[in-house]
Amino acid sequence: MFLGPDDRPRGTRLSLRIAVVGGVAVALFAILAFRLWNLQILDGGKYLAEAQNNRTREYKVIAPRGAILDRNGGVLVDNRTSLALLLTMNKLPADPAKQKEELTELGELAHMSLKKVRQTVREQEEVAAGAPITLRRDVGYDLVYYLEENQRRFPGVTVQRVFVRQYPDGSRAAHLLGSVGEVSEEDLKAGPYKNFEPGEEVGQGGAEYTYNRVLQGKPGLTKIQVNALGEPTPGGQLVSKPPVPGNNLRLTINGSVQAAGESALADRGLPGAFVTMNVDNGEILGLGSFPTYDPTVFTKTMTQAQVNDLYRSEAAPLYDRATEGLYPTGSTFKLITALAGLEGGLVTPQTVIQDNGEITVGEQTFENSEGVANGPVNLVSALRVSSDVYFYLLGLKMWDTNQLQHWAHELGIGRPTGLDLPVYENGLLPSKQWRNKLYAAGETERPWSAGDDIQLATGQGDLQTNPLQMAIAYATLANGGNVVTPHVGLRVEDGAGRVLREFEPHRRRHVKINPAYRAAILEGLHEAAQSPGGTSYSSYATFPIEVAGKTGTAERAGHANQSWYIVLAPYPNPRIVTAVTIEEGGFGAESAAPAAKEILEAYFQKQLTKASEGGEGEGTETGAPELEAGHG
Amino acid sequence: MYATRTRKARTEPFAVHTGIGERLGLAHMDWPLTIAAVALVAFSIFTLGQATTHDVPGSPGYYVDRQTIYAVLGLVGMIVVSRIDYSRFRELRVGIYTFLSVSIAMVFVFGFAARGSRRAFELPFFSFQPSELGKVLLVLALAGFVIDGARRGSARQRTVRYLCLGLAPAALVFLQPDLGTSLVFVVATLAVMYFGGVPWTHFAVIGAALVALVSLVLIVAPAVGVPVLKGYQEQRLTSFLHPSQDTGGAGYQQHQGVVAIGSGGKTGRGDRATQTRLDFVPERSTDFIFAVIGERYGFMGAAFVLSLYALLFWRALRIVTLSKNSYGTLVAGGIAVSLLFQVFVNVGMNLGIMPITGIPLPLMSYGGSSVLATFLAVGILQSINIQAHLSQKGRFAW
Repeated sequence: MFLGPDDRPRGTRLSLRIAVVGGVAVALFAILAFRLWNLQILDGGKYLAEAQNNRTREYKVIAPRGAILDRNGGVLVDNRTSLALLLTMNKLPADPAKQKEELTELGELAHMSLKKVRQTVREQEEVAAGAPITLRRDVGYDLVYYLEENQRRFPGVTVQRVFVRQYPDGSRAAHLLGSVGEVSEEDLKAGPYKNFEPGEEVGQGGAEYTYNRVLQGKPGLTKIQVNALGEPTPGGQLVSKPPVPGNNLRLTINGSVQAAGESALADRGLPGAFVTMNVDNGEILGLGSFPTYDPTVFTKTMTQAQVNDLYRSEAAPLYDRATEGLYPTGSTFKLITALAGLEGGLVTPQTVIQDNGEITVGEQTFENSEGVANGPVNLVSALRVSSDVYFYLLGLKMWDTNQLQHWAHELGIGRPTGLDLPVYENGLLPSKQWRNKLYAAGETERPWSAGDDIQLATGQGDLQTNPLQMAIAYATLANGGNVVTPHVGLRVEDGAGRVLREFEPHRRRHVKINPAYRAAILEGLHEAAQSPGGTSYSSYATFPIEVAGKTGTAERAGHANQSWYIVLAPYPNPRIVTAVTIEEGGFGAESAAPAAKEILEAYFQKQLTKASEGGEGEGTETGAPELEAGHG
Repeated sequence: MYATRTRKARTEPFAVHTGIGERLGLAHMDWPLTIAAVALVAFSIFTLGQATTHDVPGSPGYYVDRQTIYAVLGLVGMIVVSRIDYSRFRELRVGIYTFLSVSIAMVFVFGFAARGSRRAFELPFFSFQPSELGKVLLVLALAGFVIDGARRGSARQRTVRYLCLGLAPAALVFLQPDLGTSLVFVVATLAVMYFGGVPWTHFAVIGAALVALVSLVLIVAPAVGVPVLKGYQEQRLTSFLHPSQDTGGAGYQQHQGVVAIGSGGKTGRGDRATQTRLDFVPERSTDFIFAVIGERYGFMGAAFVLSLYALLFWRALRIVTLSKNSYGTLVAGGIAVSLLFQVFVNVGMNLGIMPITGIPLPLMSYGGSSVLATFLAVGILQSINIQAHLSQKGRFAW
């Protein structure tokens, strides 16, 4: 002990103790100062950012998506506003019992069972964890007022004005338009929606997908200063970035052509498709597939029955038969065979072939349909009566030369078209190389034979194509060799209708076609449609506008004959091509040809009216109908 | 007694030459210590004035007015106490110790509960928290017992006796429950024993026992299902070890404090401070006032405050060495170390390197009991300084 009761403490031992305390104090102050330096001087920026972030809540202000219009400004899809009930999960009470209570009560208000509420939450969390969950759309104002008045009882619940797609004509152009929905988890990983924000509404399918960048607006931001409880503080609206609405997209679609095509298909009630295209520039004037659907279903919660109808039924309404169909074409293919034969020097337009109703190659016999013998036929008459034998012989001559495949390929059969809609199937153009490769791999029992090419010459066999590819092939011949790029996007306009951008895709390629051959083939098609004895004379005999059209009756395994008709109009200088196919529609002349005529009637409406009013002379030569005048 | 006589005898010959300062005892005050204390409380009032105007609706000056009154009362108390010869407290040790224990115990009966803890009495003008005053009283009494018992019993017995005397009120405070203040009691007890010459070996044993106790309380007891600490206490104590793990739960407050201080940067955010203004940092007028300073005034302000505390502690430690008697040494040492402990734990808590214990920052945190008690402690330090000077003067004069 170094202390006496009352004397002044002395000695080195006390000094040591004091020194130790002093040393400890220096160390402690140094620790504090060092830490302070670290936090404020070294990491100050980081913490400042965190503090800024802390005190502000950003609210996204949704931007309306642009409308999609037809070429004349008719609205195909626009928006309506809707009040959506949003749920921010991390603001719900943490206590499971309280959370359940709130969700139950909320469910009752929104007419949803607790199970349904939880299911909705789970489904959306899978797609976009952390994003507010849309519990229900189209809630009424009474519910909104109730929730506002009782805000404290419903933490984490907000009502937001959202924009919902609206389709004034229901299913009109459904396959073209596509739909809008929350970006899927898959899309977030790759493709055009990579790195989009989870929960973002994006185009899915159709023009909504292809032109998403045009249509989608930029969301605005409202920053609100909040306190630790997340309550807005007075005067705390910091920055407001107004939303930028998406631009409008004007399509090349001609409203009346589209309507006529859809009703022509619907009237026949069979699965089918049509496409009408400008032969010179590839503008799609109408494109439809039947059965169809009303995209409105995607704006609401779907019932199981709706899901089944859309995704599981055999009718496959979501399937766009016009662009992704995989069909043999029947005799409509003969245009390509004719061109290949002519250009390959196998025949001239004058060459006459004896059609006895059938040919026999090896052990196989190929007959005309119903075994009719057409006698001597040249190119034009062969096309008029659709002599199979004429084209069988062409196919036979070219069986080992790949000429037919070359021309079909050049005209776009079985290959990507460049269409500005998502297309995942490009069909199949059978060839020697293709089959022999399969054969080598053991996937088919025989190599390429003359029979395969004979079949192909008349659009049969393994050929898989669709109305769009065929329309492009016909257009190429009609315009003298330009393989056009089919497109539905015409231009981008802002809300005031000012044109921001026009789409004029360049032709895909040019094919050199002898004008004499072109004329001969068109003449054959013209006679097929409008000369007595022509295959579609029954439909077009009295049609006041001259056309060139070819029927097709495709034999499809497991199905009744598929009806095809492809028509170029007006003859001899076609502006448009219309291709129609109707599954199990029988002979080409039976269903597809009349359907195509309905479409032409819609397109040539004005001229037809004038013709019937003031005689034929005036109408025919006045050129493009006004409907198409917008873009040349 | 000796000290009183000395004072009379020594002061009278100089009475003629002394002015008002001498009569108030100001002449031999340690001025740096006074300045540090006054500057700290003034900065506290300034900060509260800027940061708490919206805290009490309709009464923007609520905290400032009260803290100013406490500061003035504290200053007066400091001057009064500095005029008293601290050695008298040694004679009053039993009375002081009894008052200390009884007043803390009374809280259990008459105290009002705030946030699940009974710590204070409700008096007409402010609530009085005996344990705050107790920090000073314990040092005064315990130092007396140490001096008194310096020659009784073996060293080991003495150590046990001092520990029991110190830990009994600490335990009472712990039961309020007020973990932070009870820790200050423990540290004050150890500090007095330390300056009282308790052998290093004993401290080693005590240290080992503490480690064992802490691990028992934090690890073993909960494991066998006998929680000693309340859940929130344990969370607060341990959450600083892993702050980033849950910024939403127990570590939230602390993390917000760290963010507040960090965001202050070099020169502070002034009125644009948001962390401490928008309630992200809790208890901004009391336990987390250092975070307010850090955010509003930046490194400059926070470092300034730390420097004032360093000055305060340096002067206190200097007084330990100057004391004319052992009692003064022990008292000054006890006060100095407990102040250092409080400052380090509170600032460390604000900086996220110490657990949340609810220890106020002396002279900065809003609160009458704390401000008054700290000023009294400073007053006692001044008294020790004054008495040392007087005795030295006497020595030199005579």
